Amino acid sequence: METLLAIAIGAVVTASVYLFLSRDLLRMLIGFILFGTSVNLAILLAGRIGPIRPPLVDPGAAALEAAANPLPQALILTAIVIGFGLTAFALVLVLKGHEALGTTSAEDMGEAEPVAATAPSTALPAPHRKAA
Amino acid sequence: MVDAPSWLLLAPLALAALAAVVAAFLPPRTAALLGAATAAAGFACYLAGLLALSEGGRITAPLMAVPSLGIGGGLAADGLSLLFAMLITGIGALIFLYSSAYLAHDPRLRRLAVMLLAFMLAMLGSVTADDVIVLFVFWEVTSLTSFFLVGFNHQDKGARQAALQALLVTGGGGLALLAGLVLVSSAAGTTSISGILAAREAVLAHPAAGPAMLLVILGCFTKSAQVPFHFWLPNAMAAPTPVSAYLHSATMVKLGVYLLARFNPLYQDEAAWQAILTWGGLATTATGAFLALRETDLKRVLAYTTVTGLGTLTMLIGIAPAQAAIAAVTFLIVHAFYKAALFLVAGIVDHETGQRDISRLGGLGRSMPLTAAAAVLAALSMAGLPPFVGFVAKELVYEVKIEGGDLAAVLLAVGFLVNAAMVAIAGVLSLRLFFGPLRPTPKAPHDPGFAMLAGPLLLAVLGLLAGSLPGLLGARLVDPAATAILGRPADAALALWHGLNPVLALSAATVAAGALLFVCWGRLVPRLRGLAFIDLLGPAAAYERGLAWTIATAERCTRAIQHGSLRGYLRTLFAVTAVAVLATLLFRGGLALPAFDPTGLDARALAFIGLIVGAVASATAPTVFIAVISMGLVGFATAIIFLVFGAPDVAFTQFAVETLLVVIFAAALVHLPIRRRSRRTGPERATDAVIAAATGLATTLLLLAVLATPYDRRLADWFGAESFPAAHGRNVVNVILVDFRALDTLGEITVLALAAFAVTALLRRGQEGKTP
Repeated sequence: METLLAIAIGAVVTASVYLFLSRDLLRMLIGFILFGTSVNLAILLAGRIGPIRPPLVDPGAAALEAAANPLPQALILTAIVIGFGLTAFALVLVLKGHEALGTTSAEDMGEAEPVAATAPSTALPAPHRKAA
Repeated sequence: MVDAPSWLLLAPLALAALAAVVAAFLPPRTAALLGAATAAAGFACYLAGLLALSEGGRITAPLMAVPSLGIGGGLAADGLSLLFAMLITGIGALIFLYSSAYLAHDPRLRRLAVMLLAFMLAMLGSVTADDVIVLFVFWEVTSLTSFFLVGFNHQDKGARQAALQALLVTGGGGLALLAGLVLVSSAAGTTSISGILAAREAVLAHPAAGPAMLLVILGCFTKSAQVPFHFWLPNAMAAPTPVSAYLHSATMVKLGVYLLARFNPLYQDEAAWQAILTWGGLATTATGAFLALRETDLKRVLAYTTVTGLGTLTMLIGIAPAQAAIAAVTFLIVHAFYKAALFLVAGIVDHETGQRDISRLGGLGRSMPLTAAAAVLAALSMAGLPPFVGFVAKELVYEVKIEGGDLAAVLLAVGFLVNAAMVAIAGVLSLRLFFGPLRPTPKAPHDPGFAMLAGPLLLAVLGLLAGSLPGLLGARLVDPAATAILGRPADAALALWHGLNPVLALSAATVAAGALLFVCWGRLVPRLRGLAFIDLLGPAAAYERGLAWTIATAERCTRAIQHGSLRGYLRTLFAVTAVAVLATLLFRGGLALPAFDPTGLDARALAFIGLIVGAVASATAPTVFIAVISMGLVGFATAIIFLVFGAPDVAFTQFAVETLLVVIFAAALVHLPIRRRSRRTGPERATDAVIAAATGLATTLLLLAVLATPYDRRLADWFGAESFPAAHGRNVVNVILVDFRALDTLGEITVLALAAFAVTALLRRGQEGKTP
């Protein structure tokens, strides 16, 4: 079971990296979300999986017994919420970038960091731009 | 053996440091005069130290010890150190005085005074350090201050380039020196210079003794402008003339010679040491003399003759006999006197006439008689004519060369030609400049005031006095210094008259040949200048090419690494991560492939299929719209996994967030080109797929490796056990979030709030931009 989940997580990472390497910022953002999901799953898996019982202390008992590991769950909860905030912010940036520059391609956004074309060669190199 | 109180060594350093700080707040002229007073006080200290010094004795003082780094620290001064220190402070006082008039009415005079004080401090530290690390630190500070002083006229591009060149050459040599000093001190087991000299056998027996010696020599050769590193010195003449006189003639360039002399007791019997120093020095004298004859710029001529002088010193240290050390010290003093005087005269001529080209100057003696007197006295010493001290030194040098064994013929032949050239140049600098027909100059020439004349006149007269009383010079200054160079007592019997011997005949012949050269000088210089191939083949050209290549390579590297393509960065990032993780797992034995065990499987594994299908679909989606939907599939599959593995709280959060994300994306996609297809080319897709697959594989293998290790349950058990008794909550996950790690949760809420603020601000800003 654990092995299978590890393989599935590897598949999600593969897809997310492939999307990350796209030139399109929207695809990159989707890659970013998938990457976050796969990391959350990896945290769950690293805390070991198995019991279907949630980590609740039985009435009458003082300590948790034979339930899922609570620690990764707490971590993942935090990570999901933070990831959501970050995604929303990034999405708005993509939106505004598209509004200002008319493109969602990272390679075409060289103008976001303008460098004078006449700068001497000893200065910082101008950003490398591939033909659109 | 301690001869004098240690404050005699500490006081000049402390005074210079204090004065450098105070001078920064004084009016420019006062700052320069404070510098002169500081230097004079330092001179008095060192003079007192020298007078108290017994034969072979030394003064010590504690400074800059860092025992935790194995740096013993400390200052020590013997005859050699004190001689250098007195030259530095004595000439320094005159330079400060001179500068106060040379740059009068220039607000930058204060900056010059502060930097010269810092330089003087570093020089004094260098020559009195008894610890190689302390010595190296001060040595590097002299290079740095030299950089700022050469680039004093920083508006001038040439000055900036010259400053950089001086820094790169001497700084590069400094690195070699540091390596050499570290090797030597590790062989000796101490960083103390006196300790290293005492541990001579151990240092020479060390396997790296040869490279260590070469590195030390390299450092000294760059600092003292020996061939092939001589080219930076003439270019350093971009500095104001007082700086050239002080740093690039009298003191800093002699620091290399000082260190060679300091280490001579260690290496003097090594054949390689003798050969490199003798031949390197000889080549330097010849190169300097030849190149000096190609120049008409006053300061560049002087710079090349300084190269010759430095070569002579190196050569004399390399020649083993005791007489050579005495000759070296004598010549050192003589050279400092006449060369500083001539530089200061050149500064006066430049300052008063506005002209530095010798071929356009002449007959200045009528309008500036005192300057002419100083120039003639100094030039006579330079030419080595009696009764000047230059004569004493030249006789000594010739004597050494005659005794130079098998090399005598070569040494004498080269020495004769070089000395003849020096005689000719001395003639040019005195007779041609100040006598003969008057040539028009941009400004009407006249003698400068006391402050500028004091230096050259005093130094020139000292040359005459020292020559007339050579015995005093020998016993008081030369003896102790030569003793330090040799590591055994030396007895300098300096005399003006050695009787009618071959040396005297050689001197006479030299003067005659020099006179002949002088007469032809006007015709010779243009011919030598015409030999353009020298400029193309010299080490200066190699330096230029090397520098250009270094900059171009750095630029190429920067372009390759910082190309500005986000995609490129990400590819590199993921590829490197994947390769690093995979390589570590493969070669460090981290691989843990479990055997397939179908008994552990149940229906929950079906949720994994949803994960994989969603991932593949989103990666291969033809349009962004389909990718978003596939992403939703992955999200919901994840939520189900959370649910069926005992994490309902997480699952509900995931459901909520996933729903929100799809809604938000849908809202945003209205404004975005969602139907556009991926623009990656086929090969790009292939490499991206390989990188992605490698990263995915690395993740899976890493997770399997993690699963193969035993799980440390301590934290989980602790939370499980403490949740109800300590926090009165039965939902352990909730208790962790709101109780045990409540501050983290507060931080998380803050992040979310900030993100919400930023999103709102960004969205509003766009609307404002549209409405006006």
